[in-house]
Amino acid sequence: MGYLAGEYDVIVIGAGHAGVEAALASARMGCETLLLTINLDMVAFMPCNPSIGGPAKGHVVREIDALGGEMGRNIDKTFIQMRMLNTGKGPAVHALRAQADKFLYQHEMKKTIEETAHLTLRQGMVEELIVEDGKCVGAVTKTGAQYRAKAVVLTTGTYLRGKIIMGELMYESGPNNQQPSVRLSESLRELGLQLVRFKTGTPPRVHKDTIDFSKTEIQPGDENPKFFSFETISSSNEQLPCWLTYTSSATHQVINDNLHRAPMFSGAIEGTGPRYCPSIEDKIVRFSDKPKHQIFLEPEGKNTSEYYVQGLSTSMPEDVQLQILRSIPGLEKVDMMRTGYAIEYDAVVPTQLYPSLETKLVPGLFTAGQINGTSGYEEAAGQGIMAGINAARKVQGKEAVVLDRSQGYIGVLIDDLVTKGTSEPYRLLTSRAEYRLLLRHDNADLRLTPIGHEIGLITEERYVKFMHKKEMVELEIERLRTTKIRPDEQVQAMLASVGSAPLTNGVDILTLLRRPEVTYAHIEPISPSSHELSQEMKEQVEIQIKYSGYIEKQLLQVERLQKMEKKKIPDDIDYTDIHGIATEAKQKLNKIRPISIGQASRISGVTPADISILLVYLEHYNRVTASRG
Amino acid sequence: MINDTIAAIATAVGEGSVAIVRVSGPESVAIVESIFAAKNKLTQVDSHTVHYGYIVNPNTREKMEEVLVTVMRAPRSFTMEDVVEISTHGGVIAVKRVMDILLQQNVRLAEPGEFTKRAFLNGRIDLSQAEAVIDLIRSKSERAFSSAFKQVQGNLSKEIEAQRYTLLETMAHIEVNIDYPEHDVESLTSAFIREKCSQVMESIEKLLRTANEGKILREGIVTAIVGRPNVGKSSLLNALAKESKAIVTDIPGTTRDVIEEFITINGIPLKLLDTAGIRETADVVEQIGVERSKSALEDADLVVLVLNQNEPLHADDLQLMEQIKSRQVIVVLNKMDLPRQLELRQIEEMFESDRIVKMSVKEQEGLDALEAAIAGIFFSGGIESNDLTYVSNVRHIALLKKAIVSLQDAIGATEEHIPIDLIQIDVRAAWEQLGEIIGDAVGDSLIDQIFSQFCLGK
Repeated sequence: MGYLAGEYDVIVIGAGHAGVEAALASARMGCETLLLTINLDMVAFMPCNPSIGGPAKGHVVREIDALGGEMGRNIDKTFIQMRMLNTGKGPAVHALRAQADKFLYQHEMKKTIEETAHLTLRQGMVEELIVEDGKCVGAVTKTGAQYRAKAVVLTTGTYLRGKIIMGELMYESGPNNQQPSVRLSESLRELGLQLVRFKTGTPPRVHKDTIDFSKTEIQPGDENPKFFSFETISSSNEQLPCWLTYTSSATHQVINDNLHRAPMFSGAIEGTGPRYCPSIEDKIVRFSDKPKHQIFLEPEGKNTSEYYVQGLSTSMPEDVQLQILRSIPGLEKVDMMRTGYAIEYDAVVPTQLYPSLETKLVPGLFTAGQINGTSGYEEAAGQGIMAGINAARKVQGKEAVVLDRSQGYIGVLIDDLVTKGTSEPYRLLTSRAEYRLLLRHDNADLRLTPIGHEIGLITEERYVKFMHKKEMVELEIERLRTTKIRPDEQVQAMLASVGSAPLTNGVDILTLLRRPEVTYAHIEPISPSSHELSQEMKEQVEIQIKYSGYIEKQLLQVERLQKMEKKKIPDDIDYTDIHGIATEAKQKLNKIRPISIGQASRISGVTPADISILLVYLEHYNRVTASRG
Repeated sequence: MINDTIAAIATAVGEGSVAIVRVSGPESVAIVESIFAAKNKLTQVDSHTVHYGYIVNPNTREKMEEVLVTVMRAPRSFTMEDVVEISTHGGVIAVKRVMDILLQQNVRLAEPGEFTKRAFLNGRIDLSQAEAVIDLIRSKSERAFSSAFKQVQGNLSKEIEAQRYTLLETMAHIEVNIDYPEHDVESLTSAFIREKCSQVMESIEKLLRTANEGKILREGIVTAIVGRPNVGKSSLLNALAKESKAIVTDIPGTTRDVIEEFITINGIPLKLLDTAGIRETADVVEQIGVERSKSALEDADLVVLVLNQNEPLHADDLQLMEQIKSRQVIVVLNKMDLPRQLELRQIEEMFESDRIVKMSVKEQEGLDALEAAIAGIFFSGGIESNDLTYVSNVRHIALLKKAIVSLQDAIGATEEHIPIDLIQIDVRAAWEQLGEIIGDAVGDSLIDQIFSQFCLGK
């Protein structure tokens, strides 16, 4: 059995948040692309929280948008709440977070995919990869359909040998009771890929009409919402609030009384769970002195009564979950619509990947998203777009696009994965970025849109708008630098009104704007620009001027980083041959096969002395290679 | 790290009459210029010229050291980069002061073998020597790491760990506020950060000021050589310093003042004080010398008592022994080449046997035993001899000072109402600088701390 069902440039297996970005990027770059999913109704499904964004994650969404990806546009179409977080902190950590209408989100994404040229969406369970001469050239589905391609992107999420656990109950399943993918996992193992077992979980969902909201605090969205995509100018979406309540001492009692039934503690769970996303039973055991924990009640959409109970991720038995819920103020009479669960799944050890996300073992095979050991829709989508771009570029015979740690959170994420690996599901945090001040969400377009344009994912129309913004910002900064203002009455009055010291001499506006208490809005009436500037442009001008001292410090560090990244290491180097490098470092280098000195220096166990020796060796190697012509 | 500006002491520390600090890298000339006062501007002088002047404190312009500075511009230098060599007076203090000031500029202490590595990478050294260069890097860094490791064991290391932990907790707190803005952890105020940073800064300042190790780092172990006149104190100093500095005669009372010499023994910097012989005297000039010797004795970390074993114990000897018996003392029984007239029992009753060293300075015998005894006192068993120990010390001081500057920046920022994520940049810098001293990699410890200190999750 088996038949040739089609030939493509790129096949993407899995249509979650990584898969859809990979497929859209590949198709938009002109590659004939096939997107396969086990269930067509699950495209871009959110199996856990109905929200997108927040610190670091929201930055990634802006980066995906700046590169020409879909996540930002799609959430802007389908949000039911938008909030800017961290507004009391510096501009680098301001973060947009949206509550999604999870059903609309899926439908919009599916529609976009269906309408995209060069992109075919098809239902099918892939059981095996086709590998010829060591290269991945296609995939076979359960129904015997053989699809051939020049590159394959695997984005299997938590489906690989998925297993759901609720108390004593355990069964093979993908997320939300979908069919798990069992054969494919075996196929990967047969190819020689090393897999690990990870675990994650989700809380129960409850019925809106059974919540007593009077016992909770309202958490409304922003009155003037901002958006993720550069392209979204306005929105008429109606916003819904979230609600805050807390666990009670009764909650803690229920959990403590039932710990013997918790798979987390009974040993039933073998996978490694994330520390940043512990289950409620884990929180109560580990932080026993904390009297209560926050619980957010979040609507899952406009046309549903389901509410997501954030903070209550659990794998307790169903009856215990119900007791836990009903011990929480506001949920005393709640109706549980879906039971929370833990899910175990196979992931690929990500140090087996190049920074392009292509596996080192099987050329032509790329992996992205949760299969690489990450957690989160945004982390998945960020890898998805890069894998899609690089699969397409491989087909087109072009060099891979790799973002470095100073270019974006996506760069930080992928570099961490492929260089250091991860011992638990990996979540992005802003503290993982060394150059946090440079990786702001407000400048994601300035950082990445030129790249998106160059690789063909940003339309000309958008690029013209982008260039206009960039020029306007530069012009305005230059104007402020060169315009002096005198200490006249208007200026002194403005300074007095914000509690700033009066001027004694004339000064350029740029210097004045550096004062912490003076903002662009204060300057504008005194010395308006002759151009019409958008709110985003003014914001950009202000940030670049106000934080220039810190920004320049980080730019200096980046310059050093980039020198190291530019020193490329040829792929055919055998580290065991290099005399002088410590044995442990040799093993690590042979395993990771870093593409640059920069990447090599970040491998744990590789010392500065090893790097020095490697540099000397490379110089030797290059001179010898050059002399051979 | 490629192409930044680096510096190191190019001569063996503590030996020779001249010491050289070598600076290499694109900014070497400009940086040295900024701490150099002379007739000509180094940035304008010709290559391969020598200039007389002073190394100055760049802020106060206070003259620190009299030096000769040689400028060698790229590519006509050892590393094929711009190189500046600063020649100072020999010994430890002068060269250390120069390194101190340099490392507080935008200059990094060179890694082991780094000048040679650069020379090679820039094409100065022949290909056939690649392997030799690798060996040099490997062996030098192994020595450096082992000695650096030994140095920071003990109290210094514990103290730095404690201060780093305070910073780490503060950083974790800041990060949770940033990454989990809606979480019910206490929101962090500038006042809290300021308090923590000030607390750490004070501890570091104290460390620099008073810690015993800190004292050793700053000026060497102050070692007073004492004894009655003409028992061989100056000869001993000369033997240790391997050059004739004190005037040696056999007329008692020749040394009329305290003579200082800097040496290193097994990597430990010592400031040797040769004192005038302590005895009751009527000679006014000699009397002044004796007074100074007594005060030098009081300041000393280590006392080397020299006795002439060719003579019986004298009342002056007994008085001295009584005076120093509670101090760190090494007793040298000199003139072993002559017959013994000295009764050992009394000495052995007052001092441990491993603190008594028999030697003949004249015959150059027993010096090794003395050096071992000195090393033994401060490193309980001694550390591997190597000249990098001292250099690492300079590096530690520079890092401690840099950490103080970072903390000052952080504290300043809290007063200007700068957002906490920006203040964090300086707090983190201080934490990393302290980490460099004890060789702790940055790693994931911050993220580990966040999740162990706070209960977070969806």
